[in-house]
Amino acid sequence: MTNFMSQWVYTPVVKDHFMNPRNTWKEGEDFQADGVGDVGSLACGDQMQIMIQVKDDKIADLRWLTYGCASAIASTSMMSEMAIGLTLKEAYNLTPAMITDALGGLPEHKFHCSVLGDKALRAAIDDYLEKQGRENPFKKHVAKIICECKSVTDVQIEDLVKSGQAKTLDQLQEITEYGTVCGKCKEVVSDLFDEFKHIYNV
Amino acid sequence: MEQHIIYLDNNATTPMHEDVIEAVHEAHILYGNASSMHGLGRASAEAIEQSRQSIASLIDCSAKEVVFTSGASEANNTVFSIIREQIDLGSKRDRIITTTIEHPSIIETVKYLKSRGYKIDECPVDSTGRIDLATFKRLLGEDVALVSVMTGNNEIGTIQPIEEISALSHAVGALVHTDATQAIGKIEVSMRKMGVDYLSLSGHKFYGPKGIGVLAVKTKAPFTPLVHGGHQEGGRRAGTYNTACIVGIGVAAKLAKADLQAEHDRLWSLREMLRKGIEERIPNVVVNGNQQHCLPGTLDVSFPHAEGESILLYLDMEGIMVSTGSACASGSLEPSYVLLASGVDIELAHGSIRFSFGRYNTADDVAYVLEKLPPIIKRLREMSTR
Repeated sequence: MTNFMSQWVYTPVVKDHFMNPRNTWKEGEDFQADGVGDVGSLACGDQMQIMIQVKDDKIADLRWLTYGCASAIASTSMMSEMAIGLTLKEAYNLTPAMITDALGGLPEHKFHCSVLGDKALRAAIDDYLEKQGRENPFKKHVAKIICECKSVTDVQIEDLVKSGQAKTLDQLQEITEYGTVCGKCKEVVSDLFDEFKHIYNV
Repeated sequence: MEQHIIYLDNNATTPMHEDVIEAVHEAHILYGNASSMHGLGRASAEAIEQSRQSIASLIDCSAKEVVFTSGASEANNTVFSIIREQIDLGSKRDRIITTTIEHPSIIETVKYLKSRGYKIDECPVDSTGRIDLATFKRLLGEDVALVSVMTGNNEIGTIQPIEEISALSHAVGALVHTDATQAIGKIEVSMRKMGVDYLSLSGHKFYGPKGIGVLAVKTKAPFTPLVHGGHQEGGRRAGTYNTACIVGIGVAAKLAKADLQAEHDRLWSLREMLRKGIEERIPNVVVNGNQQHCLPGTLDVSFPHAEGESILLYLDMEGIMVSTGSACASGSLEPSYVLLASGVDIELAHGSIRFSFGRYNTADDVAYVLEKLPPIIKRLREMSTR
């Protein structure tokens, strides 16, 4: 028998996290969450829930539930390991690229599966701060990811338009590669591009 | 390391039967070009004609109606290309009717032809994947050139009423094509009884070689070659004969014919054993497709709150090979169009698994799956959002 079982679609790290997911919430476990974040939908094929415990403005512990494919499960699991111990600010700045890198990469068409983890984490932090009745100091400082597949943010697009490096959408795409994987962001990017051009009058 | 392998993806492809392997191997000495007049050429040509007879006998047509192709995709493309030419030449019949659940080699051809301005209607199917005959009848008309409906579906196994479709189509003067790829060797496929003008099939779906298929064409039906460049196949398909594979598909056809009824019953009993076992052992499952008109070896099941790719990969770890209609396994963001067209809820489509049985599966395989599958579903559901 040839050794074809070793040729797996994902990296060994992904496989490990898929087979042995860390920090999942188990039925019956009494996990007192200080903040909860829900993102995604069953109809889209992936949905995630993150529960965090916060102590001294750090993620003290975390549990999660994910409906999704192997990369979604592995990404959430990896994110959970990375997030525990981080300050809220650090946790808020986790990006899909950081998670994907830690996993040793994902197949290109799977990038979108890794983008829910950090969003869910942010949603949980937002929820925590709101429950505490505190200001959310991170929200306005954090760039919003517009192209999930290539992790292109609104701030990045703004800078490129403002500085004149991206005079056309094609140039913007050449620099950032936005919209080259799933293409879902194209319309939003186009709108933002027009808006920034208008704002900065370039 | 020797791993236990349970192959339940026979609708994707089948292993070659040992008799086929032997025949293909032996046929490699037939290196003469079957179009050559000399002895070696004639030996190849004779082997090819024998195979043609076996195919004709399997699908109940005449040997001269059998055209060898590279597979069913080419056969399907050829049919649409014939009709396209008829329309280009000014035929007043300029509309094609097909369905929403055909194989991609038809779905994509339809998309392409539509983008070039051709008129094509895709008839919807009901919640079991059967063609909606009321709508079909409304779509039929004197302007219809071709009706193309698959015999049995590759994902959910639903069998279409081809005889009835043929009769209705012929009544308005339209030609009829059926892609019988998934039905061969599983149910009776008779070109004569079905009354179709064109029929496609592929060798590797019934224990023959890959890269060889057939387009059977009624003598009176119009024909234009898709591949030009030679007089092979009566000028219907150019290209040097793939003698070894043609010999192989012929042997596969003989075996399929000889074992048809027994194989049908065996596949259905394995399929039913698995279906009942799953329904007994796993709560909240949905069986997709038509349970009355179904290819005997096909079982498509949705597991809510467990995603298809994850199920597939966990099963793969246990040596069980299946396929899924989930978006994540397809490389797109959309789950199986066949399931969606059959009215399967999008969440259920994401969690669908197709088990497709074949000649080499046994009751032990079913028992093994029934041992491994329930804990996998349980585990994924525990990990899933509620």
